[in-house]
Amino acid sequence: MQSIENLVTQIQGLSSNASDITALKDYLKAAEDLLRSESTRLLSFLDQLDPSKHSLVINVCKRYKDQVLLLEAPIRGVGPMLTAIRKIQSSTEHLTTLHPEFLQLCLLAKCYKAGLSVLEDDIYEINLPRDFFLYCYYGGMIFIGQKRFRKALELLHNVVTAPMSSINAIAVEAYKKYILVSLIHHGQFSSTLPKYTSSAAQRNLKNFSQPYMELVNTYNTGKIAELETYVQTNREKFESDNNLGLVKQVVSSMYKRNIQRLTQTYLTLSLQDIANTVQLNSSKEAEMHVLQMIQDGEIFATINQKDGMVRFLEDPEQYKTCEMIEHIDSSIQRIMSLSKKLTAMDELISCDPLYLGKAGRERQRFDFDDFDSVPQKFNI
Amino acid sequence: MEPEDEQSNSMMEEIYSNGGEESARTRPIISGEQLDVEAYASLYQGRTKITRLMFIADHCDIVSMQLEALRMAYDEIKKGENTQLFREVVKKIDGRLGPNYAMDEAWCDSVDRRAEQRKEKLENELNAYRTNLIKESIRMGYNDFGDFYYAHGALGDAFKSYVRTRDYCTTSKHIIHMCMSAILVSIEMGQFTHVTSYVSKAEQTPEALEPVTIAKLRCAAGLAHLEARKYKLAARKFLEVGPDLGNSYNEVIAAQDVATYGGLCALASFDRAELKSKVIDNVNFRNFLELVPEVRELINDFYSSRYASCLDYLGNLKANLLLDIHLHDHVETLYDQIRNKALIQYTHPFVSVDLHMMANAFKTSVAGIEKELEALITDNQIQARIDSHNKILYARHADQRNATFQRVLQTGSEFDQDVRVMLLRANLLKHEYNVRAARKL
Repeated sequence: MQSIENLVTQIQGLSSNASDITALKDYLKAAEDLLRSESTRLLSFLDQLDPSKHSLVINVCKRYKDQVLLLEAPIRGVGPMLTAIRKIQSSTEHLTTLHPEFLQLCLLAKCYKAGLSVLEDDIYEINLPRDFFLYCYYGGMIFIGQKRFRKALELLHNVVTAPMSSINAIAVEAYKKYILVSLIHHGQFSSTLPKYTSSAAQRNLKNFSQPYMELVNTYNTGKIAELETYVQTNREKFESDNNLGLVKQVVSSMYKRNIQRLTQTYLTLSLQDIANTVQLNSSKEAEMHVLQMIQDGEIFATINQKDGMVRFLEDPEQYKTCEMIEHIDSSIQRIMSLSKKLTAMDELISCDPLYLGKAGRERQRFDFDDFDSVPQKFNI
Repeated sequence: MEPEDEQSNSMMEEIYSNGGEESARTRPIISGEQLDVEAYASLYQGRTKITRLMFIADHCDIVSMQLEALRMAYDEIKKGENTQLFREVVKKIDGRLGPNYAMDEAWCDSVDRRAEQRKEKLENELNAYRTNLIKESIRMGYNDFGDFYYAHGALGDAFKSYVRTRDYCTTSKHIIHMCMSAILVSIEMGQFTHVTSYVSKAEQTPEALEPVTIAKLRCAAGLAHLEARKYKLAARKFLEVGPDLGNSYNEVIAAQDVATYGGLCALASFDRAELKSKVIDNVNFRNFLELVPEVRELINDFYSSRYASCLDYLGNLKANLLLDIHLHDHVETLYDQIRNKALIQYTHPFVSVDLHMMANAFKTSVAGIEKELEALITDNQIQARIDSHNKILYARHADQRNATFQRVLQTGSEFDQDVRVMLLRANLLKHEYNVRAARKL
């Protein structure tokens, strides 16, 4: 306790002076053992450190995280890191280096909810691209854990399409997960990446994820038996990527998709027929699947056990409730604020000298007819 | 539901009863009975007769019909000058028709020798005309060459010769003659793109065309569309063929064929209104349909919802239609389309349909009809849902209001996501740019 207070005063004192920072660093290295034992007390003392003055706070936090991992008790680190992030962030739209570290801790500690609170904020400012990649990748994994596949897809999509000059391992792993989550959520996967993906990604990503592309092809045939045999034969590959759990979810999603297609064609159907159409082994299994889907809210149906019949119902959502109106209203507000942001950014770029210079040089290539916003003096 | 039940009851009677018994009539050539090869072949003349006979021989399972067709082909070829076809036919006969129908080398040699002589003569004449630069003679020279090549089976050369006459045509009659020859050869060669272009060329000639020629051109255009699987356009062309056609185009197509092709394509591709106005009420086409009464009956049955008898007629006709050289590849597709149309039309007026009655009307089992309906529903051609427990089909109308709300919410969230990602990427790029700029400094 005594030594922690000493440490804090030292930090506060030495950080004001640049040359003293190096001294502080050495001091901190020596104090590592101290940190280790007093990790639980660190939380309160972090509050005292004002991040704008103490840039070494980030270093401290990183060390702290490593210690906590060594101790194999990541859950202890979750709380302090969260406070640290909140202190360091200049605004909720800012991504710090601590974000990915924090998310990693959450993943290891399996307390996804803590991670969610950070992920809910939209990010617009970034310090280092690497932080961004890791953040999106871990964030995607947290959403997968929470089964919120749409948001997971969004984050993984960000990693895959982010500008990068050369392919990096994070993007490759993210792409593999992206394929799997896309199959689970949409039931299909289009291997063409959007135009704004970097050329490095477009060229190389597919080469690194061959088994996954073949999984997509097998999925598209619609035959469950084939899919399962394929998964079995390539089990080690998926396991080595730590994706086996996701792959199993892909297989079960195929059953779901087939059952959902039946709701479009039939009003009532016997469980035996469902089992036959979807290639399940017995009507009991079909009943289990349908029950699970009803509970998850993926289809609307009632099961009549006496006849062994399932009756498919229409979506009861009438879009007339107050909640729905509020939902629509909030969406409208959100989109309006997004539009404002977009126009602001557009204005900013139009005044940027770098952009104007480039547009002026390229003027001959593009065909600006009557509306040319770049002034003549930028003709180089 | 009561009034609809009664209506469907009275319709049931008609659905179950077949069309009326055919009264005695002159025997049609294309009918449900086994094809009479001789009568069929008598409808045509020229090269198409031979190709059709050989097609029948290739695709027919009944040996007696095969031999009959080959025998007639042999006789017909001997009247002409095509030694290559002769050799083919002899190989196919394989001695099964006795010594009269074996290889006749002497005939082949004499024909070939005569061909050589004629060819030399034509060449000399053509060269003479070319030096004299008399347009008309040059045109006639090339024409004769074309006829010569055609008679000897060199279709590619024939086509080229006919096309060369184009530069020497002076009147519209010449142009039309050239077009008709080119069309004939193209049809024999199976190159229907040429057919379409030359038909349009002929139709553009300034002077009024004779009605017979117009009818012929329409037939050719119809055939081209049929080959291209554009059944609706083919039907329209065939239905516009005037009654003046008669037998005048039987080196390509017979009047019966116009009726069959036109009727079946119309049935497969027209909707009810068009079927009534263009086929059933079409006075001109009625004359054609008289030649193939079964096709006429089946169209009427379809229109009056007597699906069982309509499908019966179709089934009977199938065997003979498969022997037709132009229709062979399209029979299955047309039949499927007609059957699907029948199913859709059957369910259209009802709110609910009992699958047992429907299966009876279409002569299949309940499971079979359920499968067919499932395919049509998934394809969005029928708006309905199946109650598999009670075996009833219920019509279903989409709820526009809900669908609109759903679409709105989805578009909103897509926009949201796209814009956010775009802003993010812009920031990333800006950062990278800044980093690069900072490094340069």
